[in-house]
Amino acid sequence: MPAVVPSLVGTEDALLQQLADSMLKADCTSELKVHLARSLPLPCSVNRPRIDLIVFVVNLHSKLSLQSVEESLCHLDAAFFLGKVAFLATGAGRDSHCSIHRNTVVKLAHTYRSPLLFCDLEIEDFRAAMAQRLVRLLQICAGHVPGVSALNLLSLMRGSENPSLEDL
Amino acid sequence: MDETLAEFFRRTILKIPMTEMMTILKTWNFLSENQLQTVNFRQRKESIVQDLVLLCEENHASLNDAAHLDIIYTQFHRHQKIWDVFQMSKAPGDDIDLFDMEQFKSSFKKILQRALKNVTVSFRDAEENSVWIRIAWGTQYKKPNQYKPAYVVYYSQTPYAFTSSSRLKSNLPLLGQSFETHNCTTSLQEGSLGLDINMDSRIIHENKVEKERVQRVTQEIFGDYPQPRLEFAQYKLETKFKSDLNGGILAEREEPLRCLVKFSSPHLLEALKSLAPAGIADAPLSPLLTCIPNKGKNYFKIRDK
Repeated sequence: MPAVVPSLVGTEDALLQQLADSMLKADCTSELKVHLARSLPLPCSVNRPRIDLIVFVVNLHSKLSLQSVEESLCHLDAAFFLGKVAFLATGAGRDSHCSIHRNTVVKLAHTYRSPLLFCDLEIEDFRAAMAQRLVRLLQICAGHVPGVSALNLLSLMRGSENPSLEDL
Repeated sequence: MDETLAEFFRRTILKIPMTEMMTILKTWNFLSENQLQTVNFRQRKESIVQDLVLLCEENHASLNDAAHLDIIYTQFHRHQKIWDVFQMSKAPGDDIDLFDMEQFKSSFKKILQRALKNVTVSFRDAEENSVWIRIAWGTQYKKPNQYKPAYVVYYSQTPYAFTSSSRLKSNLPLLGQSFETHNCTTSLQEGSLGLDINMDSRIIHENKVEKERVQRVTQEIFGDYPQPRLEFAQYKLETKFKSDLNGGILAEREEPLRCLVKFSSPHLLEALKSLAPAGIADAPLSPLLTCIPNKGKNYFKIRDK
């Protein structure tokens, strides 16, 4: 089977690097190759494999990271939004350092009809757990799990994970 | 041992708080472990100090040794002093000489001793290529007063020297002269700015070009060497409020918005240098931040042009 390829997009290199390392350590029956990008569009490159899942990492402590993600979203092909995009917000644990309100990212994820995950990536155990979760998500998006597609998963996740704005 | 010297030892050691006593004595490294073990540190402080002075006598301690102890004490208590900072400027046409610490110390001492008969000059190397210079001043007829020394801390890789002591003011021109013979050098230390890029081939970094650009720009602005240690920078803004939004209460005002922005950090310039490579800010950084070492100041007033 071809490798499963997630692309982690975010401004803070150290966080992406750590998450990538954690994902490589997680259980994955398929071969894993992680792409790290600061922003989209990706530089023109001939030999890029198909990307199975894009995770936009927003650091709630950094307005720049949100701004960069918002700008990147404009460059993404619409087809990805059918279950192959996820948002990951980090830094919620340190409330006093947050310069972006939780609701801002909730709204963003809602606008793009994609799941939003919260995880303080700086904490190793949380990061390891999230990495495992992302790997499972990735395998489904890559079509490596028979009977479940990315779109299935999206509609399943939407029910429990993302309350509609009216509920907030 | 000379009585005045013994008294100087006594008073210097007495100044040291008991909580710091062992650390300072060990840093001083003049009394051996064995000797220190013979002292009963559970006595009254005066008795401990007396025992230590006796040990110093046993070791034939000199004024130089006492001066070193004094420097170490001051290094531990540097925050209790008020420091002035001087920036040396190069005269046009000066060459960049290579800096030799030993040569500097020797010529510094010679100049002071030649000019003033009675002066005690002592040196101690410290972190980041700096040297602490202790100067006890005397007069033509009086021996140096060891109890009111002046300190100069010179960071050899920079044009800055820090001085402490009000008595220094009259002797400033002389100190200036002792520095003049040694222009500061820009002997750069090789240090790498590198991000820790994981060599794992399963991780692919897109945007390599952008990363390299950021590295390059940061290096151009900050250089390869360690930054001078600065703890804060303060910006007083007296500018009119500018807003993207039309209207809004503050936007209409003619008077400038008064606002104070203070950046503080244990090592501000290194922190600023790491912002762009860490992805927390865009490169190049605002010139208001990057001009700090060039302008040699960290208090800024910003007005509308």
